[in-house]
Amino acid sequence: MTFDTAKIRADFPILSREVRPGAPLVYLDSTASSQKPVAVIEAMDHYYRHSHANIHRGVHTLAEEATALYESAREKVARFINANSTKEVIFTRNATEAINLVANTWGRANLRAGDVIVLTEMEHHSNLVPWQMLAAEKGAAIEIIPVTDEGELDLSVFDSILQKSPKIICFTHMSNVLGTVNPVMEIAVKAHAAGALVLVDGAQSVPHFAVDVQTLDVDFLAFSSHKMCGPTGIGVLWGRRELLEEMPPFLGGGDMIKRVYLREFKAADLPNKFEAGTPAIAEGVGLGAAVEYLSSVGMKSIHQHEQALIADALERLEEVPGVKVYGPIAERKGGVAAFTLAGVHPHDIAQILDRDGIAVRAGHHCAMPLHDRYQIPATARASFYLYNTFGEVDKLIEGLYKVKKLFG
Amino acid sequence: MDDMYREIILDHYKNPRNRGRLEPADISYEDDNPLCGDRVRIDIRLEGDRVKEIAFSGQGCAISQASASMLTEEVLGKTLAEVKQIDKQEVLEMMGLEQLGPTRIKCALLSLKVLKAGVYGLKGETDTE
Repeated sequence: MTFDTAKIRADFPILSREVRPGAPLVYLDSTASSQKPVAVIEAMDHYYRHSHANIHRGVHTLAEEATALYESAREKVARFINANSTKEVIFTRNATEAINLVANTWGRANLRAGDVIVLTEMEHHSNLVPWQMLAAEKGAAIEIIPVTDEGELDLSVFDSILQKSPKIICFTHMSNVLGTVNPVMEIAVKAHAAGALVLVDGAQSVPHFAVDVQTLDVDFLAFSSHKMCGPTGIGVLWGRRELLEEMPPFLGGGDMIKRVYLREFKAADLPNKFEAGTPAIAEGVGLGAAVEYLSSVGMKSIHQHEQALIADALERLEEVPGVKVYGPIAERKGGVAAFTLAGVHPHDIAQILDRDGIAVRAGHHCAMPLHDRYQIPATARASFYLYNTFGEVDKLIEGLYKVKKLFG
Repeated sequence: MDDMYREIILDHYKNPRNRGRLEPADISYEDDNPLCGDRVRIDIRLEGDRVKEIAFSGQGCAISQASASMLTEEVLGKTLAEVKQIDKQEVLEMMGLEQLGPTRIKCALLSLKVLKAGVYGLKGETDTE
């Protein structure tokens, strides 16, 4: 069965706009944030038009409807990642907040001076800075798994780091720059054997291929709604129930309590314990719709389509004189191509491509240490999702030849 | 918008004026725009209160480097008091880029920031003293 991109594109209203007259949008920036299908936009619109009220504790009809919608989104997300229970699905603002939650609760309760936290050289700043803050507060040490020239984790170094009995290994499932898909199961098995917990940043994996938390056998998984066809403002922390039960609460306030006295409180049960204050209800509804949409297309089909696109894009990019692509070969990565073009700064590449409606990102993509590793200040990055086409790869390549002509 | 890469900017980028280093110099300052990796250094030799020689070095996008090149031409021969009068609007007009968006305006104005910091005697991170 062929992947019907035309049918999918029709689901995304924004894809039919022109960036300027005669320049239809060629959106190659889904790694930063994906576009939204009409199913998501309408679910949120319908929620606000028909069912909005604050959730929990309300007995009136709207409050019950809103609560049911919000909690059914949690069920959909749990099913999407094959969680054991909805109690393991914590709604946060985004993947960043999910990681900060673990660092602030599990980390503060369990880390002591001298304890080792393991990170990698390819992490997004959101999986570096929370741990750096925690390490500074606790006097903990940070060990880094380096990245090879080919853009993969150097696991021989990981093996030696494990000798130091680290407490937690935090790494990305898929690099937002190199596209590298890391061997989560192998790392998790080794980490657990050494007594360490495993936190996976799934911001780039959950939107693009099937992620099953039980098969992966990790302890925490963080991801963001807006990168997977859902709205901004909501993300997910999935955690193993027995760990979440033991962790102290994160933010304090309404909704996260069972009972409040003037000088103390009893925390609510999971998942509410970690969800203080009125949450992003409409966004939760939108995320639920996004998960349903992705499932209806099929994560396997989406992955196959992106693999075909990235293989084509890499082959074509390598043919452009002066282009250097970072990261592993297509079979070992997702739909992300970060590249440089000799003599042209990535900002100029992005700006000139924008004239033709082509949206790519330029900069360090929140991965400064990774760019330091390759001794480059920035890269241009084209990324692909279910709605991208081979014709758009053609437009990218044509655009790059225009850039070369201008700067030649 | 569409003429951001007009001939004059590309010309200054490809054939920068006053590119290099002056050592020793009376004024040296360097700064960067960490978000995009643009970096500009400006060295100045004075004769009395007047800019007798000026050079810039660094790396970055066409906008940041062309702006530095154009600014050095503009400043050569001026007194320090005159240099202090140069404002953002003047630099953007000089480049013909009055309509820049919030991200790229930082690229265009990096060289002015470096020039002003140097002229006002701020200690740059590359100051050898």
